[in-house]
Amino acid sequence: MLSPAVLLLLGWMIVPLSMTIYFSFLSYNLLMPGMEQFVGFANYEFFLTDPAFFEALANTLLLVGGVLVITIVGGTALALLLDQPMWGQGIVRILVIAPFFVMPTVSALVWKNMFMNPVNGLFAHLAKGVGLEPFDFLSHAPLFSIILIVAWQWLPFATLILLTALQSLDQEQLEASEMDGAKFGSRFVHIVLPHMSRAITVVILIQTIFLLSVFAEILVTTNGGPGYASTNITYLVYAQSLLQFDVGGGSAGGIVAVILANIVAIFLMRMIGKNLEA
Amino acid sequence: MARRVSGRRQLVVTLIAWAIGLAIFFPILWTILTSFKTEAEAIASPPSFLAFEWTLENYAEVNSRSNYPLHFMNSVIISLGSTLLGLLIAIPAAWSMAFVPAKRTKDILMWMLSTKMLPPVGVLIPIYLMFRDFGLLDTRIGLVVVLTLINLPIIVWMLFTYFKEIPGEILEAARMDGASLWDEVVYVLTPMAVPGIASTLLLNVILAWNEAFWTLNLTAAKAAPLTAFIASYSSPEGLFYAKLSAASTLAIAPILILGWFSQKQLVRGLTFGAVK
Amino acid sequence: MGKISLRQVTKTFGDVEVIPALDLDIEDGEFVVFVGPSGCGKSTLLRLIAGLEDVTGGHIEIDGRPATDVPPAKRGLAMVFQSYALYPHMSVRKNISFPLKMAKMDPAEQERRVNAAARTLNLTDYLDRRPGQLSGGQRQRVAIGRAIVREPSAFLFDEPLSNLDAALRVNMRLEISELHQSLKTTMIYVTHDQVEAMTMADKIVVLRAGRIEQVGSPLELYRAPRNLFVAGFIGSPKMNVISGEKAAEHGAHTIGIRPEHLLLAQDGAWSGRVGVAEHLGSDTFLHVHVEGLDPLTVRVQGEAGVSHGDAVRLSPMPEHLHRFDENGLAVR
Repeated sequence: MLSPAVLLLLGWMIVPLSMTIYFSFLSYNLLMPGMEQFVGFANYEFFLTDPAFFEALANTLLLVGGVLVITIVGGTALALLLDQPMWGQGIVRILVIAPFFVMPTVSALVWKNMFMNPVNGLFAHLAKGVGLEPFDFLSHAPLFSIILIVAWQWLPFATLILLTALQSLDQEQLEASEMDGAKFGSRFVHIVLPHMSRAITVVILIQTIFLLSVFAEILVTTNGGPGYASTNITYLVYAQSLLQFDVGGGSAGGIVAVILANIVAIFLMRMIGKNLEA
Repeated sequence: MARRVSGRRQLVVTLIAWAIGLAIFFPILWTILTSFKTEAEAIASPPSFLAFEWTLENYAEVNSRSNYPLHFMNSVIISLGSTLLGLLIAIPAAWSMAFVPAKRTKDILMWMLSTKMLPPVGVLIPIYLMFRDFGLLDTRIGLVVVLTLINLPIIVWMLFTYFKEIPGEILEAARMDGASLWDEVVYVLTPMAVPGIASTLLLNVILAWNEAFWTLNLTAAKAAPLTAFIASYSSPEGLFYAKLSAASTLAIAPILILGWFSQKQLVRGLTFGAVK
Repeated sequence: MGKISLRQVTKTFGDVEVIPALDLDIEDGEFVVFVGPSGCGKSTLLRLIAGLEDVTGGHIEIDGRPATDVPPAKRGLAMVFQSYALYPHMSVRKNISFPLKMAKMDPAEQERRVNAAARTLNLTDYLDRRPGQLSGGQRQRVAIGRAIVREPSAFLFDEPLSNLDAALRVNMRLEISELHQSLKTTMIYVTHDQVEAMTMADKIVVLRAGRIEQVGSPLELYRAPRNLFVAGFIGSPKMNVISGEKAAEHGAHTIGIRPEHLLLAQDGAWSGRVGVAEHLGSDTFLHVHVEGLDPLTVRVQGEAGVSHGDAVRLSPMPEHLHRFDENGLAVR
């Protein structure tokens, strides 16, 4: 059973992670090599009491929550729409799925420059066209803008999975409920939604894993700013360790991120584990 | 059986769906269109949609000014290399898990999955330092190794769910028909496993191509794949819309095309078989 | 040749004993059906013979040679699986010729055998299709074709008709019987359907919980079931089983009488009231409620001329009365 795959992953898990844990108890700055010393939980204390941490935590939750709400609600609506008979369904499907294949740096830059730029962006043109003052998205609503960009990338994923789930719904069930006199609304609530609940849970959990680690979108749009207004935990740890060279503090932050992700992971694993038996 | 609906309703649904589909696709379309404009037309107000002078100069510019071919090759080598290496490691593992499951197989699969949940920042520093010490920073081989490892659980899982679907009775039939273990592998298992392996390959090339945490943090110039190359446009250079668009189009086009082929496998691969 | 003997064969999965020590002889050319409710071990028994499962204890002999440790391919047996187990990526022709290819047979001979099998099974027009493009019945025939070309000493069928619809099932039943008539090869056939067992078998083996309840020809089992289980399993509609006072009158703990052996008679011993009557045209099944008994099924030829609620008297044909003791064993 100890195949190379298992051994490699075991190494990948254990070696760097234990190094991170080890570093997190050191005062260790790359600019001052040879000065490492054991400082106990000081890094954690410093990281967890830093106002930037709370702002980043709040931003992380807002980012994850915001994107989830948009993609789940939008994805469900889109899935219901795409499940209807129409002309050119295959093409529409392809159009809707496309953003998922766009690399994060490209989508972030395209949105930042070509759409949200207050001077030459398309939104600015639109605003001017109807006589409004152009809005500087990334300076005045940085987090909201990033949520929009990330939601655009993940909406296809949610739609695709929810559509797949929807298509496996037994048509006879729907017809039976129609015979029983259920209107569209109650059919949706009592039959469609329960059928999709599993897929929705899977979407929530998997997206959460990825959304907790959103990085490139922040790096190329706002660099976490202004101030910490669009910094999430991932970006904060990156900034701490590779911009300020504070290995100890960054490591403590990394461990905090691992713990947060684990809380989500436990739920996800249960879901998938159950499916293994089926 | 699909239900019959009135033509009028279908027309309305079609119009709404196409409108939404085009809206979602619009940023990509706009990027592609802009890549054929001159810089002046790209920022013209009001912007022109199709009525502009089409030009290929941005593509020529991107190719000559930056080292675009290098970064493109980096992307190809890193995504394909990490996927092939991953397949090489994962096929025996998934194979034995699907066909000779042990009591612990399920636990091991779940544990593999759990490694995927490890947020990259949790191990960023040690990996960065190790790469620095071993001279792996900004090398293709370093990125191949990292991307292989982070995608290995997905590869094992996808292969496992595909292999699992090969019915046991077929293997028994082959045994009854006199196939040796080797014949079984060559004539029955491999042909039946190839579609699954191909979709796994496809999805993982896409994931590796678009990976933008490790590629950004572990490369600088010579090993930088397209993700990192495009990120360099976040500087004021990004305000040259036409060139940004041309570079972006080149970066996403191959994967957009591959992605459209892999729609079905995407769901299964990304949900670890939980939704099919 | 195709004589198969099982001697004290046992099979356990972990702690579960699926087949306690079992002896069985299958003669060359016989059509033997293993029948029993699901979970009775009939499929396991077949797989033990095939070699797909290893016996826990005991010996298997095929044509007088020990086969217990011989791998499945070397036993000279061919199997038709419940799911057909066709190779989805091969054409029908390749599927059928696969065992020959594995045996490294001369290609011309392969071709000849495949074509002969295809003619027998009406598959000639489909040889270049993939299994996915065939109907259920055609797939079934391909699976049989793959078995025939090997010219095995015995065929093993594992519930081969259970995935077909009713009309097709009757057809395939006839085709398999026909095949047996022309090939005269030993066939072992597993089913839970007693109609299949009755219509196809030379010899039926009734199994329950891994034990053989009775072995015999269909008519032997019908006429002289060894115990209540066999009595209830063989025959349709089921035998009426009566215990208590009315059984004691006939000197037994329990008596059984088949629906076709109950007569409507003015002077019948048992009086009851007609419940539901099922009209099949050729026969009518009356469900008669007799005081103190479970409803009895009566089979009347043609139309019975009675309807719901009518009072009737029933008379069991004494020569067809089955008597059982308190252990459920037949008293002769």
